Amino acid sequence: MSRAAGALRPEELRAALQSVLDFATRAGATAADAVLVQQASFAAGVRLGEVEKMTDAREKRLGLRVFVGERSALAATADLTRGGLARCADDTVALARVTQPDPAQGLPERAALATEAPDLDLYDEAAAAPSPEDALERARAAEGAALAVDPRLSNSEGAEFSQTGATIAYASTLGFDGGYRSSSFDLGVQPVAVANGHMQRDYWYARSRHLARLDDAAEVGRWAAARTVRRLGAKRVPTQEAPIVFEAEVAASLLRHLAGAVVGQSLYRGTSFLLGRLGDVVASPLVTVVDDGRLPRGFGSRPFDAEGLATRRTVVLQDGKLESYLFDTYSARRMKAASTGNAARAVGDSPSAAPTNFYLAAGASSPEDIVASVDRGLLVTELIGFGVNPVTGDYSRGAAGLWIEHGEITHPVEEITIAGNLLEMFRDIEMVGSDLVFRGSVAAPTLKIRRMTIAGS
Amino acid sequence: MAAPTKPDRFFQDRYGVSPTALESTLGSALSRRADYGDLYFEYRTTAAVTLEDGLVKKASKDVSQGVGARILAGEKTGYAYSDDVTLATIEQAARTAGHIAGDVGGSQAVALRAAQPTRDLYTLPGSPAETPLPQSIALLEAVDRAARQHDPRVKNVMASLVFEHKVVMIVTSDGTMVSDTQPLVRLSITCIAEDASGRQQGTYGGGGRQPFAFLLEGDRHLRFAREAARQAVLNLEAVDAPAGEMTVVLGSGWPGILLHEAIGHGLEGDFNRKGTSAFSKLLGTKVASDLCTVVDDGTIANRRGSLNVDDEGTPTSRTVLIENGVLRGYLQDRLNARLSGMAPTGNGRRESYAHSPMPRMTNTFMLAGESTPDEIIRSVDRGLYAVSFGGGQVDITSGKFVFSASEAYLIEQGAVTRPVKGATLIGNGPDVLTRISMVGHDLALDEGIGTCGKNGQSVPVGVGLPTIRIDGLTVGGTRA
Repeated sequence: MSRAAGALRPEELRAALQSVLDFATRAGATAADAVLVQQASFAAGVRLGEVEKMTDAREKRLGLRVFVGERSALAATADLTRGGLARCADDTVALARVTQPDPAQGLPERAALATEAPDLDLYDEAAAAPSPEDALERARAAEGAALAVDPRLSNSEGAEFSQTGATIAYASTLGFDGGYRSSSFDLGVQPVAVANGHMQRDYWYARSRHLARLDDAAEVGRWAAARTVRRLGAKRVPTQEAPIVFEAEVAASLLRHLAGAVVGQSLYRGTSFLLGRLGDVVASPLVTVVDDGRLPRGFGSRPFDAEGLATRRTVVLQDGKLESYLFDTYSARRMKAASTGNAARAVGDSPSAAPTNFYLAAGASSPEDIVASVDRGLLVTELIGFGVNPVTGDYSRGAAGLWIEHGEITHPVEEITIAGNLLEMFRDIEMVGSDLVFRGSVAAPTLKIRRMTIAGS
Repeated sequence: MAAPTKPDRFFQDRYGVSPTALESTLGSALSRRADYGDLYFEYRTTAAVTLEDGLVKKASKDVSQGVGARILAGEKTGYAYSDDVTLATIEQAARTAGHIAGDVGGSQAVALRAAQPTRDLYTLPGSPAETPLPQSIALLEAVDRAARQHDPRVKNVMASLVFEHKVVMIVTSDGTMVSDTQPLVRLSITCIAEDASGRQQGTYGGGGRQPFAFLLEGDRHLRFAREAARQAVLNLEAVDAPAGEMTVVLGSGWPGILLHEAIGHGLEGDFNRKGTSAFSKLLGTKVASDLCTVVDDGTIANRRGSLNVDDEGTPTSRTVLIENGVLRGYLQDRLNARLSGMAPTGNGRRESYAHSPMPRMTNTFMLAGESTPDEIIRSVDRGLYAVSFGGGQVDITSGKFVFSASEAYLIEQGAVTRPVKGATLIGNGPDVLTRISMVGHDLALDEGIGTCGKNGQSVPVGVGLPTIRIDGLTVGGTRA
């Protein structure tokens, strides 16, 4: 398939950034920075063995942030012609002049800028040359393997393979000028099982920055099938308090809530349940949480952050003690701290602090041992809904999973909620699994929480 | 830049794409086996202004443009898009889409006739995205003051104004060429309240396909601010929510998110064609109590979920989903309607040119009944009264859905008593409406704040509900 018509070369991307910064300076900006993301993606989906959908896409967007003294404004555009960039710069500077001043705003200190950009192995050339045949074969193999596992897997929401290649470039009037490429290959499958007039679906996926490292399609399919079939016959359990084991995949969601509570903007806005807790023991001694922006091939890895600062490794929780928050430049100034190199930004938005690769370090227990330790409780395999209050940590979400009696899985469970408070949940972590695997930028191993409230029948 | 008043000329003037050129582009991309093809042009301006710490220190403007080409053949969809709107890229995208859909050579003739939407649900004097910044700043400052004045325990106010101005043109292989200009305004407010007991938040907001002035009418913006402040302060006093199955009374308006999650998604045509919805094959059967009639209506003037035409050029409509408890209809886009032998209902929607359309809801609500809200509360001995919600989610295949209360109270002996902390409610879609035993006469639509996500695509939607009583829903509190 022909590709990349209209795609800009790296030097053209840098030239566009330099020219929008020049236009902004000429229009009266005292400082400015700009980011440019150019990406191409391809996706192919099959359902019940037949080709269902293919998508081919390319886009590029430039985001500009200007400062006029302590005032600031933002813009995003896909129009990278000189005229388009000049208009964008003029409009944005005009907008900045009428916003209200904030002394904490501005670019980082020049001395804080990254001076080297390590190669983190984030890009695979295969991203630039998608093969529809290969993509379809992978999707078919995954779905085929799934549906072959059990005759009750008689329907499907399909399987999809997708790949994206992106170039990210960033420049500022401090003289920073850098860029890197990244890629992602994804394969997901969602079989549907039918038995006794009831249906269940589940999902599994593989993800990698390099095509050659992507999990085997048939394996992905078989695990999706096992996850789906084990839900057949699910029932409610009575309302009670019980120990809860979070499968690794759902345990990662607890880490996402934790990440939301340690980023700088949640602190100065007062929307974090961990505000004012630096240095306190806020979790079980089994809990060590790390943010590491430089893991090779990591989904959250980048050589420098969205303000040109070097990414780094930050220990957030050490043996349960809150050691560090995560900051970008603005939130750091607001909290009288220093940036931790965690600035991230959507193209049209201002930078804010975000985790890079954020994970709970693996423990000593196998997932099997963790399940075996539960006399009577729940293994959670899926969570739905948004019932988490970031200000208080109050937690209440819909859950599905497997019931455990005397250390053995007895039957699937659905239509229940689990509730507690995130602070108490992190303190109540009794066992940490050895099964830490990165399928995204936030990851956790299997976790056992001493006690939560189950609402059911 | 402001769009010209006539959206049908917008893309022709701006990008030089004449109807004749589009006929030939689309026609040559349609192989002999293709059933249908369309092009979706979009030019969107989004302006956002944000206040925090009492200051409007952030303003942004985002301009995006692009074209999506789609070719359908049987159950196959080929989709290609580009942010480069030139005839050459459109041709390439259409060819790519055609190739994807199983090109076997040949072409089909396409004859376009320009059409205008047959209705006009949101004519505005100009683009809300052109609202001068000082006006937005004044509004947000007034919001900040009103929230803080409501109660000294309000310690922080975050408010944002988002204006969108979208011009679209849809060109289809069956000859339709239709354009629309779609404005959208939203004010969102979050208040943080603090006292010796701790901190809490409250959120409120609203808008629609409305001019900026809508937000100021009757001091609507100040009412929103006081609501957010009231909710934050109220939650400071909230006690732990109960856990377990109990009678639940939902207030009118935004709690209509129940319908969106419990039945709306399950009635979308794609899942039903594939047989993966818990509602598959249930047309004509009883899925709710006799008191329930539920509609999806994309034709209500100025509502956030309304459209003159959907994103495939089909006029939106009012679709009866459930009539006196009986399942009557699904929500369809073109692809799923054709494959199911049904008519499109004007529910083919997409987030942007970068997405292919799917069946989606517009404004989904239950028609009013006869009870007074008071009667409904008084009828409950012990239960939960929930009046405001955060988000919800559904597993369409198993039918299990959740939605999370952000303002709720205990009902004890027929009276609303203490506020309780937020809790998630969980139920089973095909079953929950059968437990509705009372429906109020107070149907209200929400304020215009909802966004629905499906397969990674977000679209604005509306919901509505009269006060209702549900005899048994699981409340996910901590007090077992």
